[in-house]
Amino acid sequence: MSGANERTTRQDRVNEAVSDELASTLSQDQIARLMRRRGEESKFWWLVPTIYIIFLMLPIYWLVNMSFKTNQEILGAFSLWPKNPTIANYMVIFTDPSWYKGYINSIIYVVMNMVISVSVALPAAYAFSRYRFLGDKHLFFWLLTNRMAPPAVFALPFFQLYSAFGLIDTHIAVALAHCLFNVPLAVWILEGFMSGVPKEIDETAYIDGYSFPRFFLKIFMPLIASGVGVACFFCFMFSWVELLIARTLTTTAAKPIAAIMTRTVSASGLDWGVLAAAGVLTILPGALVIWFVRNYIAKGFALGRV
Amino acid sequence: MEKTWNNKAWFMVLPVLLLVAFSAVIPLMTVVNYSVQDTFGNNVFFWNGSDWFTEILESERFWLSMVRNLIFSFIILAIEVPLGIFIALNMPKKGWGVPVCLVLMALPLLIPWNVVGTIWQVFGRIDIGLLGYTLSALGFDYNYVNDPTDAWVTVILMDVWHWTSLVVLLCYAGLVSIPDAYYQAAKIDGASRWAIFRYIQLPKMNRVLLIAVLLRFMDSFMIYTEPFVVTGGGPGNSTTFLSIDLVKIAIGQFDLGPAAAMSIIYFLIILLLSWVFYTVMTNVDAER
Repeated sequence: MSGANERTTRQDRVNEAVSDELASTLSQDQIARLMRRRGEESKFWWLVPTIYIIFLMLPIYWLVNMSFKTNQEILGAFSLWPKNPTIANYMVIFTDPSWYKGYINSIIYVVMNMVISVSVALPAAYAFSRYRFLGDKHLFFWLLTNRMAPPAVFALPFFQLYSAFGLIDTHIAVALAHCLFNVPLAVWILEGFMSGVPKEIDETAYIDGYSFPRFFLKIFMPLIASGVGVACFFCFMFSWVELLIARTLTTTAAKPIAAIMTRTVSASGLDWGVLAAAGVLTILPGALVIWFVRNYIAKGFALGRV
Repeated sequence: MEKTWNNKAWFMVLPVLLLVAFSAVIPLMTVVNYSVQDTFGNNVFFWNGSDWFTEILESERFWLSMVRNLIFSFIILAIEVPLGIFIALNMPKKGWGVPVCLVLMALPLLIPWNVVGTIWQVFGRIDIGLLGYTLSALGFDYNYVNDPTDAWVTVILMDVWHWTSLVVLLCYAGLVSIPDAYYQAAKIDGASRWAIFRYIQLPKMNRVLLIAVLLRFMDSFMIYTEPFVVTGGGPGNSTTFLSIDLVKIAIGQFDLGPAAAMSIIYFLIILLLSWVFYTVMTNVDAER
C-alpha cells in the first residue's frame, strides 16, 4: 500500500533526522529550524475558515437559489437547486420602474452622503490629529455619541424636522440624515489614518513654501489616500444598509430599494421569487466595493487605529 | 504625537459641527420638548412636567424590553467574541486565501439590514427555507413564528451570522500587526500554542477586542430592523427589544409624550455607555 509505505519512509526520515541531530552538535540555525518545525500549526487550519464561510454562504445561496425559481417551484417541491432556472424574476425588476428606481434612489443618496460626510470630515479630522484646541476632547466625545445614537430615537424628530424644511421624499434629506452617524465615523477613521502620518511632513512642506491648501491637496491627500478610501467605504456601507431613517423620510420619489422590498411583499401577496431577486441585487454593490478595500477593511473597523 | 495648541483649528471643525448640530441637536430638542408636554391635538401643547418619565420608568413593559435587550446583547457577545477570536486565529496569514477570506467574510456586513432579516425569515421557514425544512425533516419541532424559544434562537443565529465577521476582521487586524520576532522568541522558549495565545496574541489584541466588544454591545443594544423583519417583535412580545418597542409607541400608537420620554432615557443610557467606551479607549491609548 502506498499510504503505509509513505508513512514508514516518513518515520524513517524523522528517525534519521533526530539521530543525526543528536549525533552532531547543533548550530543555532538548526535549533531554530527544529523549533519552527515542531511549533508549526496543524495541517487542518483551513477547516475553520472554510466551515465558517460555508455557514455564511448558505443563507445567501438559498436566496440566490430562490431568485432563479418560479413561485410555483418555490412553494411546491423542495429542491436544493432550481430545476428550471428562470431569469423572469430579474426581468420583473429590470423592466418595472417602481423596482429599478429604488436602486437608483439608494445609490443617489448613498453617494451624496458619502461626498458630504468625507468632505466635511477631512478638515475636522486634520484639526483633531494635529492641534489641541479649546474643548477638543469634549467635541470628539460628542461626535462619538452620535455614532452610538439609536436611529429609532431620531426617526420621528427627523420626519418633523425635514417636513418643516419641505425636504421629505428628497434624496438630500436621507443623505443629510445619514450624516448623523456617518460624519462621526468618517472623522474617527480619518483621524486614525492621519495620526499615522508624521508631523515632520507638514513642517517640511511649510518650510518649502507650500500654502496650507496646496500642501493638503498635493502632499497630504496622497499620503492618506487609503484612509479616504476606507472612510468612503464605511460611509457607503452604513448608508447602504440603514433602513429605518431612509424609510421614514421617503414616500415615493426617493424611496430606497430596501423599503420597496418590504412594501411590495405585502402588496402583491408574497412574490417570493421577485423578493429573492431584489435581495440578491442589493447584495451585489456591497460585494463589488469590498474588493477595493479588502486590505484596509479591518483597519477601518478598528477606526483607523490598529 | 506632540500637538500644538491652536484655537484656529475650530474653523476646520466648524462644518462638521454645523452639520451634526443640524442632524442631531435640533431633533433631540424636539424630543426633549415632547417629553415634558402633553397635547389634546390641534397642535396645542401644555406643560406636563416629568409625568411621562415616571410613567415610563414605572411601566413593566419598558423594563421587560430593557431586560430582553440586555439578555440578547450578552448572549450574542458571549457567542460572537470567542468565535471571532477562534476564527481569526485560524485565518490564513498569506497567499491567495487572505483576500478571499476577507471578502467573503465581510459580505454579510454589507447586506442591507432588512435584507438580512428577509434572508433569515426565508431561510428559517419550515415550508420553503433550507434551515427550517432541514430541522423539521430531522424531527425537530422548530417554528420561529409560534415558539418564543425558536424565535430567540433564530434571531441570535442571525446576529451571529451577520456580525461575527466584524469581530473576526478586528482580531485579524490585531493579529497581523504582531511582528514575527515575537513568535520566533516564543518558539525558542518552547512555548505551547496556548501560551503563545495567552501571552502574545491576546495582549496584542486587547485594543481591537475592546473596540469589537463595545461596538457589538452598542449596536445590539439598538438593534431594530433585523428582528423586526424576522419576527416583528413576536411571538407575543418575546423578541420586542428597546428600539422595536420605541418605534411601536412612537409611530404605531403615536404616543409622542411617552415615546419622547423613553427616547431620552434610552439616549442617556447610550450616552453613559459611550462615555465608558471613550474613557477606556483614551486610557488604553495613553498607556501605549
